[in-house]
Amino acid sequence: MDAVVIDSLEPLVDELRSRGYAVVGPVVRERVIRFEEIASADRLARGWTDVQEPGRYRLAEGAGEMVFSFAASPDSAKSYTQPPRQTLFRMRGEQIEEAEEDAPRVALLGVRACDLAAIAVQDRVFLGGRHPDPAYLRRRRALLLVAVNCAVPGGTCFCVSMHTGPRATTGFDLALTELAAPHRFVVETGSERGEQIVAALPRRPASAEDLAASAEVSRDAAEHMGRHVETEGIQERLSAHDSPRWTQVGARCLTCTNCTMVCPTCFCTTVEDATSFTDGTAERIERWDSCFTLDFSEVNGTPVRGSNAGRYRQWLTHKFSTWIDQFGMSGCVGCGRCITWCPVGIDVTEELANLP
Amino acid sequence: MVDRAPRLAVWKFASCDGCQLTFLDCEDELLSVAARVEIAYFLEASSAPGPGPYDLSLVEGSITTPEDLERIRHVRRVSKRLVTIGACATAGGIQALRDFADVKEFAAVVYARPDYIATLDRSTPVAAHVPVDFELRGCPPDRHQLLEVISAFLAGRRPVVPAHSVCVECKARGNACVMVAHGTPCLGPVTQAGCGALCPTFNRGCYGCFGPMESPNHASLNHWMRGLGMSTPELVRIYRTYHATTEPFRRAAEEAQESGEEE
Repeated sequence: MDAVVIDSLEPLVDELRSRGYAVVGPVVRERVIRFEEIASADRLARGWTDVQEPGRYRLAEGAGEMVFSFAASPDSAKSYTQPPRQTLFRMRGEQIEEAEEDAPRVALLGVRACDLAAIAVQDRVFLGGRHPDPAYLRRRRALLLVAVNCAVPGGTCFCVSMHTGPRATTGFDLALTELAAPHRFVVETGSERGEQIVAALPRRPASAEDLAASAEVSRDAAEHMGRHVETEGIQERLSAHDSPRWTQVGARCLTCTNCTMVCPTCFCTTVEDATSFTDGTAERIERWDSCFTLDFSEVNGTPVRGSNAGRYRQWLTHKFSTWIDQFGMSGCVGCGRCITWCPVGIDVTEELANLP
Repeated sequence: MVDRAPRLAVWKFASCDGCQLTFLDCEDELLSVAARVEIAYFLEASSAPGPGPYDLSLVEGSITTPEDLERIRHVRRVSKRLVTIGACATAGGIQALRDFADVKEFAAVVYARPDYIATLDRSTPVAAHVPVDFELRGCPPDRHQLLEVISAFLAGRRPVVPAHSVCVECKARGNACVMVAHGTPCLGPVTQAGCGALCPTFNRGCYGCFGPMESPNHASLNHWMRGLGMSTPELVRIYRTYHATTEPFRRAAEEAQESGEEE
């Protein structure tokens, strides 16, 4: 289907809701752009922009009628594809019940190209091997993705370096480009589901000017990346296991896990067993874990990676180097969340640049 | 497995009773607990003490008097398993602030007859005096963790009480970091999880009620919090609360003081 233009998001939100999707989009909550369920497009973070730098995030007014004039929110699609906590099975005596948790239909409105790339990384991790994860597959199928092409990259963005953005090229049901004067959205479709939705909207064909303006948004965004990573030779550089740089960053690192928690591709989990007082059942629960905790690498009562430097090195090396060996793609999509949301502002791009 | 119901005792030392109240606050589960164990000694809940020995003793409060020193040894003797609950019992509590001052001087100011007061110079955790089977942190402890510990001891398994930072729970709960988003100083990155990131969920910085996490990097955090505008006295004060004398937090306050003097 050729690209179309819509003047308002309201019919799109209504259409998605009428098809049984909970529409989840960017809103302002407690001075942060967060993704939460909306009943109307009026709820969206219209007029807001963000200022992102290492360890610092602030919202600012001044985007006028524009609805998507900000970069990555701390929320990625991860909590929808891989919830922070899920029950795997329950036991009652000898009896085991598999927990088949709900996979609610969710339309994520406003995911960016980096988020789509992150979902592709997760698809490879959870579905690409010999043992696809059925719960992930259920949630993934229930997810409808309405991407927005980034117009205003943040100070910590580097999707251009990671070849994941700023324009959404694949992996979406719909992709919007927001244009000003007059305010409108160019809509591209990426799936049959997407086409059916567009067919139900008030729309007009996109003109040559609309398409040129849409392409210009992405060209301009690509020129305003806040950060850069040299990916050429990155695996060789990360093999410098003895660099003094690791000790230096280890002295700053809090091992708090924030980087891995906000990372849209970090997928590590642990399992916990719980026994209940009230109904005599036991449960096995899977929850997000992080390579920055000591339990994560505990073998025979001792952590293999006890030092901060060792844990930071493990994370960075996996994300940018051994991930490629493991999955044939980089684990980093250049969203910059780990830089912005590090409580002490450690910048992966700076650490990578400072390796020999 | 014992045929009879395991006997539970709850003891109080120098404390505010908040940890015992946390236990009583397990309203939905309390009757189930009472069905599984015989609550034999729990003065906060019942004035009818049952005789020892006890299979599991929960101990609240720190050791602050000569009489406490005797009594904790008795508790240990009559308990098969001894679990300390709360910041006082596991770390000396807020009353361990006396360690930085002169107790005799305090007593002279507060009491008409300070010679009636028999107290120790320091407030110490239970584990400083008798072997402890498990220490459950928090001021007060989290009730889910308390039930988990009791449940684990009854099932003969290791309690699931992770030693990582509050940030893990904070992010799993879906919070944005208050330090990054609002510039609010927060002890979450150096504090052990367990509370469910209660304060950051309500836009407050973490107060460190659960004490130091497994690998706290207070030097880096302090450096950053100075950048957010915290003064030396403020930095010293945030560490001198519930875990003032627990080693990494004691050092955090001292180093903040030292680096403040250098400036």
